[in-house]
Amino acid sequence: MGKNLVTIVTASVAKYRKNKALLLDIIRDVQSELGCVSDEAIVQIAKSLGISRVDVEGVVTFYHFFSKNPVGKYSVYLNNSVTAQMNGRAAVAKAFSNAAGCAFGKTTGDGVIGLFDTSCIGMNDQEPAAIINGVVFTKLTADRAKTIVADMKAGRAVQDMVQEYGDGANQSALIKAMVSNNIQRRGPVLFAPFEAGSAIKAAVEKKPEDVIEEIKISNLRGRGGAGFPTGMKWDFCRKAEGKKHYVVCNADEGEPGTFKDRVILTEIPQMLFEGMAVGGYAVGAEEGILYLRAEYMYLKKYLEDVLEKMRKNKILGKNIAGKKGFNFDIRIQMGAGAYVCGEESALIESAEGKRGEPRNRPPFPVQSGYLGYPTTVNNVETFCAASRIMREGGKWFKAMGTAQSAGTKLLSVSGDCKKPGIYEIEFGTTVQTLLEMVEGRTAKAIQIGGPSGTCVGKNDFGKRICYDDLATGGSMIVIGPDRDVLEIVKNFMEFFVEESCGWCVPCRAGNQILLNKLEKIMEGHGAESDLADLESWCKIVKSMSRCGLGQTSPNPIATTLKNFRDVYEAKIRKGVDFVPQFNLASAVEESCKAAGRKPNLHGEH
Amino acid sequence: MSKPVVATASLAGCFGCHMSLLDIDDRILTLIDLVEFNKSPIDDIKTFTKQCDIGIIEGGCCNSENVENLRNFRKNCKILISLGECAIMGGLPAMRNGIPIKDCLEEAYLNSPTVDDKIIPNDDELPMILDRVYPCHEIVKIDYFLPGCPPRADLIWQALVALLEGKPLDLPYEVVKFD
Repeated sequence: MGKNLVTIVTASVAKYRKNKALLLDIIRDVQSELGCVSDEAIVQIAKSLGISRVDVEGVVTFYHFFSKNPVGKYSVYLNNSVTAQMNGRAAVAKAFSNAAGCAFGKTTGDGVIGLFDTSCIGMNDQEPAAIINGVVFTKLTADRAKTIVADMKAGRAVQDMVQEYGDGANQSALIKAMVSNNIQRRGPVLFAPFEAGSAIKAAVEKKPEDVIEEIKISNLRGRGGAGFPTGMKWDFCRKAEGKKHYVVCNADEGEPGTFKDRVILTEIPQMLFEGMAVGGYAVGAEEGILYLRAEYMYLKKYLEDVLEKMRKNKILGKNIAGKKGFNFDIRIQMGAGAYVCGEESALIESAEGKRGEPRNRPPFPVQSGYLGYPTTVNNVETFCAASRIMREGGKWFKAMGTAQSAGTKLLSVSGDCKKPGIYEIEFGTTVQTLLEMVEGRTAKAIQIGGPSGTCVGKNDFGKRICYDDLATGGSMIVIGPDRDVLEIVKNFMEFFVEESCGWCVPCRAGNQILLNKLEKIMEGHGAESDLADLESWCKIVKSMSRCGLGQTSPNPIATTLKNFRDVYEAKIRKGVDFVPQFNLASAVEESCKAAGRKPNLHGEH
Repeated sequence: MSKPVVATASLAGCFGCHMSLLDIDDRILTLIDLVEFNKSPIDDIKTFTKQCDIGIIEGGCCNSENVENLRNFRKNCKILISLGECAIMGGLPAMRNGIPIKDCLEEAYLNSPTVDDKIIPNDDELPMILDRVYPCHEIVKIDYFLPGCPPRADLIWQALVALLEGKPLDLPYEVVKFD
């Protein structure tokens, strides 16, 4: 085994040309060969790359899909997002657990099956869903879980367990996934017909500065949710000094409830890649990186094939689209499971093969990004919009939407509605209109922009979806009349506790404190002072955290305290100053047991 | 008018906060003019003899005796102050909070190289150890928090004087230190 390990590590390091920026790929290879990345493997990788053991161990322990302990021949990662819970996740989890004979977070004694919880995998419109050895299983039921476990015990190949394929390109030989696109509404920017090569050809007819000008005219803003003007970002990047420039596409949509990029990557990847090439032309970059979240591993072969075809058609590579001297190519960098990597500076760190911890800013990525070079990081949808703008012009684009929010927005709708899926809507559409479109009229609330966004109630259904009213990266979770709002908030806070990178105290400790407080209230130990406490902790975490994660993670509590205060009030003990959560009997139980003594609890209740 | 009555205690602490209280130097003479001490290690009064105005707590709660003591302070003091890192956050003793208490006890009493009698103490008279170290405000209501490890003498002095005189607290930035 020892020698085998050395051989495997050496081969993998050689495959990636000893490039430590590709550490994530090396670790993934080693893990898939050995079933885990043991301490011994970590030392070996470090030695082969000439970096410290801690650098490697730090990366292994940072990402969800890497493990120092064996994760089983079959590793089941069952999504635990709120939509999965709404759709019967508990029963599915129980069925997996019972059939496999092991608890979640563990591996069966024979090392065959490992069961794990995982954060949203981008399948919210077809939950409960799981990833098994990279293969996606959707709409799981308890019965289905049982047959999957039986198949695993019988040693079947995971791909063979997929019974039928989804629609569109999901059926292609290179994807073969049971995932459905669920495109419910096609709009003019993303889902209108797109002729391959047309965007880049239109771009190279202009000067790079004029491409940026056209984007500025369009008033295109970042589709990840923050809404930074794309033209301005490209302009900064172009003007920043550096030997090289980079274009990075953020395909790490990790916000629970978001799955729009999944559909773009499946159905219109060429439009995306051309958008990246347009960006490359505009900022003066020759290299582009698609940072693809690990959960979308099942799309990798297919995307590689699209890139290869584009190279053959001279839309990527040297002298693209007949433009002499314009060279641009794209490589795919796989992530390894970390929500925080959606933050652009954390994403760059991760793409460099490190822990995905956000950087201090300034310098901003446009000044010093990937490997220290000026880098523009844009969302998948943003690049697609840039492609369309090259064809139709900035004015055409700007004519749609509202004054501050031009164009259309792709929404991923899930939860309590009859028609979950993908909707391309014009900016400025009201929540009410959307709810009618998705047939979720009975909703009592809608979570806009995922957990980090806003939970709005009926009073605000007249508000409009756009940057200046209700901003969203695309996640829309419809909450039906019978749902317990606090349970949903708890799920979101557990998500943030899990996903905080741990660098800064306000986020690492603050989210845990918020979750504890929330649980205290939910368990009936809340006093009136606890609500005021919750509010002040929300303010502390929001204002003191280092990156967007902590700056938005209190939102589930902050926005429901504002919009659904009555559900908190109902749980609070009225007229009581202080209620402790502390219980002496349970606090001493474990130590008394260890010491072999009977707890002495006179007067306790 | 009778003088305000002050009580103090050190729970799971190191007495450093009490040392810092003594570090107010000759102002301690003024303090004795201003207040009367009741239950406190400073005058060695072991039990409350009357209702107090201010209770000052150093240290968090690591065992059942700490909890009882703290609850007793809450009952007998109008105002309760958490003094220092351990009372406020658990402090150094809370470093064990990430380790199951069973493992802690086994390491201390069974597996440590210097252990003779391999037994986890279990006499009924001994306080029961809590599963983790709790900050005081998770057990009882705490009115004020004075941070520091230890809080500076000037911080304790100014906080006490402000409280006694009913004046707003004037704490320059340099006086408040968190470590």
